Amino acid sequence: MKSGRPKARGLRQTMSDLHIWSGLLLGWLLYAMFLTGSLSYFRQEITQWMLPEAPPPRSVPDAAQAAQRVVDALGRVAAPGSPQWSIALPDARTPIVSAAWRLPQPEDDLLSAMPTLGPSFVPSNAVPVLAPPTLAPVLAPKPVPGQALNESPEGMPEDTLEDMQEDPLDAAPGLAPDPLREPIVEEARFDAVTGERLAGPAGRETQGGDFFYRFHFQFHYLPLQWGRWLAGLAGMFMLVAIVSGVITHKKFFADFFTFRWGQGLRAWLDAHNALSVLALPFHLMIAYTGLVVMMLTYLPWSPDLAFSNGGRGQLAKQMSAFLSVPPRSHVAAPLAPVAPMVRAAQQRWGAHNVARVIVALPGDAGARVVVARGDEQRVSYSPQYMVFDGRTGRLLAVREAVGPAAETRGVLYALHMGRFADGALRWLYFLLGLAGTAMVGTGLVLWTVKRRARLPEPARPYFGFWLVDRLNIAAIAGLPIGIAAMLGANRLLPLGLAQRAAWEIHILFIAWGAALAWAMGRPAKQAWIELLALAAALLALLPIVNALTTDRPLWASLRAGDWVFAGVELALLAFAALHAGLALRVARHRSKEPKAPPRSASPRPSPPALRDPEPQPTLREAAS
Amino acid sequence: MPLPFTFVPALGWRRALRALLRRAPLASRIVAAVLGGYALAALASVAALTLPLWRSERVLIGLLPSFAVYTLAVIWVFAVRSAARAWGGLLVAAVPLGAVALWVWQRTGTA
Repeated sequence: MKSGRPKARGLRQTMSDLHIWSGLLLGWLLYAMFLTGSLSYFRQEITQWMLPEAPPPRSVPDAAQAAQRVVDALGRVAAPGSPQWSIALPDARTPIVSAAWRLPQPEDDLLSAMPTLGPSFVPSNAVPVLAPPTLAPVLAPKPVPGQALNESPEGMPEDTLEDMQEDPLDAAPGLAPDPLREPIVEEARFDAVTGERLAGPAGRETQGGDFFYRFHFQFHYLPLQWGRWLAGLAGMFMLVAIVSGVITHKKFFADFFTFRWGQGLRAWLDAHNALSVLALPFHLMIAYTGLVVMMLTYLPWSPDLAFSNGGRGQLAKQMSAFLSVPPRSHVAAPLAPVAPMVRAAQQRWGAHNVARVIVALPGDAGARVVVARGDEQRVSYSPQYMVFDGRTGRLLAVREAVGPAAETRGVLYALHMGRFADGALRWLYFLLGLAGTAMVGTGLVLWTVKRRARLPEPARPYFGFWLVDRLNIAAIAGLPIGIAAMLGANRLLPLGLAQRAAWEIHILFIAWGAALAWAMGRPAKQAWIELLALAAALLALLPIVNALTTDRPLWASLRAGDWVFAGVELALLAFAALHAGLALRVARHRSKEPKAPPRSASPRPSPPALRDPEPQPTLREAAS
Repeated sequence: MPLPFTFVPALGWRRALRALLRRAPLASRIVAAVLGGYALAALASVAALTLPLWRSERVLIGLLPSFAVYTLAVIWVFAVRSAARAWGGLLVAAVPLGAVALWVWQRTGTA
């Protein structure tokens, strides 16, 4: 894309360049985002697999009873004076109750007028999420802090709000501790039937599938806002790559047929095209809606301007279950039973369609209880909830409608998250996500395949080529190794290990980093074969490790019809087979190029060339 | 052990430097795409605040299409013949949006 003076270049040519470079530059991030995002569609199931002590659900627990039991338990467990509890009710996919509570902060008194559904929780509330409360952050990243301000703008200084807005969940102890920050939220899991807190041997410490979900949009080891901006940047690159790819496409086929770079290239192009074009609506939707999910983070200007003199709650109410709570009365009063409140919501929305209970100012006479609707029978995330007086149990308000623009956002949001999808539709989401992963992967490989043939000295390519080649190996073969290592660590790390949940994740990154080092130190073809084979082996080992370390081996799960456990392990075996197949194809691949000519001209000594006679054509025809 | 790669492909350092200079218009386009596109999207979202709707609706209706604005700006920047045209096109779009946005900003500033 040099400026056009020498020769005007066709639109398709420039768009092709734009497609290639926007796809490449953050391609490795996009690969990881696509893969972990796809896994996130089954994150409840992955979490169940990572908590093998929790018995498989016999039937869906009654939400009203479970809510009551966990509220009772929170009265004992949660920090006294906590301004807010949030309880994700159980359903068929999540037999465990996840609850989080905000720790009382010194400024709470100052803040007594603050709407209790503060920043961190808003999303979860808003979004009648079936997921653990920990997931809140995604949903309402930026706007929320301001929202807390809204109805009492004089309430507190901006920076304090900013503070509160930070994801509680990532500050939760034992999960992803942020050394710079005191935790403001704690969370725990509870048995839906007994209401017992699951801890220690009854519930190993793990982030479960939530890790993939969080990594997908904010990565790890990064300050949250950086991670989210990086994810947004990657999302924009994705969007640009898709649109420019579509503009390029018409000429695509003509290009292949005219240039005939050989079977290998053609095969990779065909694979890339098929994966991209067949699932194009999905890719376009997922890239755009991903950006919409966090649009207030990325473009804070207009909300900041529109609400520069307060009233931000109006926006918050359109986006999440947000309510203003009267100031803490400092009069103690027992909380009214919540089971009848949940029953009332079940009457309204259906027995299995109540997602969440939030208690604001529990134990205070001014307490409020919000019961939020689930995702059944609607493709929208816009808030629907009932508000009860926490002391008397009286219904105060029902909110079921938002403005058209807010509803549009709710629909786009829901399309990205896919939580409305059950059964076949959820599998379709998962498979389309994997198609996207493969689209990114084939695109990355294609970049090297195209250029490898033109290298003057394939054994010593220029730095950029070398880097792309090795990063491709590390991303495509390395990430599955990391994931398999993490799942193995979930079974093998001692249960009492301090920071166990964090260590499971550290092990993922250690394994991934080791794969990167290996990819850089070995000849490319060998690195592909070895790492793909290692990924296959580790993935295939997981069901065996599970059989040795738990009393729920695959055969027993199959016999018992426990499709969560069996499904996860069968999927692991399928992934193992996929990686083994790729490793075999790379190993079998033989370069069809004439042997030595380009190399003979080079001054390089021959031993390396002999030792490594065809290192470069690695994957060229692996898929042909 | 020799490095497994060479630093500059086929050309020498001097030619590489000249090649780099020739890429200045490309660098300019990249800046136009990444920052200019973002600015345009942000301006459009602020300009939408003039719509006669509820405040929250105005905000959301301005934000929802902003990523399409950004994407189109990037496509424009790389599709046109020269870097100057790329910047020119962005400016043509930014001036009216910027004027409206400035008006919104002033109004909220005084309100």
